[in-house]
Amino acid sequence: MIRHVPRPPTVRQDPALLRLVGLTKVFRGDGGAVRAIRGVDLTVDASEFVAVMGPSGSGKSTLLHMIGGLEPPTSGEIWFDGQRVDGLSQAHWAVLRRRSIGFVFQFFNLVSNMTVADNVELAALLGGASRREARARREELLSELGLASKAGTPPARLAGGEQQRVAIARALAGRPSLLLADEPTGNLDSSNSMDVLRLLGRVHARGQAIVLVTHDARAASMADRVINLFDGMVADDAVIRAPVGPPVAAAGVLRLSG
Amino acid sequence: MEGYEHVARQCRPRDRPPTGSAFAVGVCQYVLEALRPQRIYAGRGPVVRLPLLALLAKEPAHGYELKNLLEQTFGEAYPSPNIGQIYVTLQRLERDGLVSSQDVVQTTRPNKRVYELTPAGRDALAAWIEDPSDGPRVRDDFFMKLVLSPLAGATDRLALINRQRRHYLSLMRGLSGLADAHEGGSRTARLLIEGAVLHLQADLDWLQRCQEELL
Repeated sequence: MIRHVPRPPTVRQDPALLRLVGLTKVFRGDGGAVRAIRGVDLTVDASEFVAVMGPSGSGKSTLLHMIGGLEPPTSGEIWFDGQRVDGLSQAHWAVLRRRSIGFVFQFFNLVSNMTVADNVELAALLGGASRREARARREELLSELGLASKAGTPPARLAGGEQQRVAIARALAGRPSLLLADEPTGNLDSSNSMDVLRLLGRVHARGQAIVLVTHDARAASMADRVINLFDGMVADDAVIRAPVGPPVAAAGVLRLSG
Repeated sequence: MEGYEHVARQCRPRDRPPTGSAFAVGVCQYVLEALRPQRIYAGRGPVVRLPLLALLAKEPAHGYELKNLLEQTFGEAYPSPNIGQIYVTLQRLERDGLVSSQDVVQTTRPNKRVYELTPAGRDALAAWIEDPSDGPRVRDDFFMKLVLSPLAGATDRLALINRQRRHYLSLMRGLSGLADAHEGGSRTARLLIEGAVLHLQADLDWLQRCQEELL
């Protein structure tokens, strides 16, 4: 009996949104080579929320920058939406970022001489939206993020938490399939951090895939999955669930407060 | 790490702490303390005992009233002790002379036992309130496991740290849910949760330090 062997498909049907294979990054400087990332394999599915934790210098930000094409890897592969992207030119990466990858940074990086509205609208236009569509998205995002009344204000006049919400609106304006966030609460006080985290939680609940780099455990605990990066390698990769029912959480309070 | 193991190995429960650096002695005392099971749970005592005294300072009450008052004051964030724990605690307080009780006859229901604060109880309560509370925990159950695990033949410390981190993160997720549920609710409950979140963050930071130093 002859078994039917299917031929391998010519186009890779990858269910994952993002796939890193054996990724490395070596920085060469005066003091010699620093191996910042030493072989990371990682898969992120569409609509997954993954947090990356680890001590300073563990390579968290370098990893995120490589995923977003801001830093080329030394070796290894990056697959995005079934397409290999690690060899793309800077210009191609720029197009990919505008259309498919949103970035949120610790220090907001908003365009200071444009209004809040224009910051968001420009990102939508760069992402390929028509003028009318860009305006509609801007209005929708700003009202959803409670920033409608600040539309005509320059970002510098806003409080840190508000600026970060604008930065999130801008990152989402291009309707990215992946949102990358690098310490988005790192520069915010506790209550503004909570606002930004709740916002990320809501965005994720709508099916947005997020990779979040953070040292803030509260931020990381919002994610479905937490990666611990240590010395440029994945030391742990765990699905995090809340303990079942409020009594267990309350038992934690007892243990901690007692 | 070798230093700790060396100390831990020397620390059998009956031994005196070996002479050496204050740090080593401190670690040794910590290990000895932690090895005594009653010590691990001792911290729970005051958590129920003294709030009961405080509630009784206002007016005499019976067990169920105290349970309800505790729940009203601290909300969901406070683990409500079951009625059995309340009665056991009240009996111990009475044995220690801090409360006294008398049966109140009820015609349609079984008699109830009403507790009230004694002068000694009032003094104990005042002393508790005036005393500064304990600072950082010097006993930590997880750290004990981390230090002693090689003696027990469990050598994969990374796995131990990872399991603990997952557990903390899961607790953190639970607390975030609890915080959302109390958004705009009782201030006592919100502050209690925030305190637990901050402690947990510190525990996670410390876990990271253990990983950096010991692995």
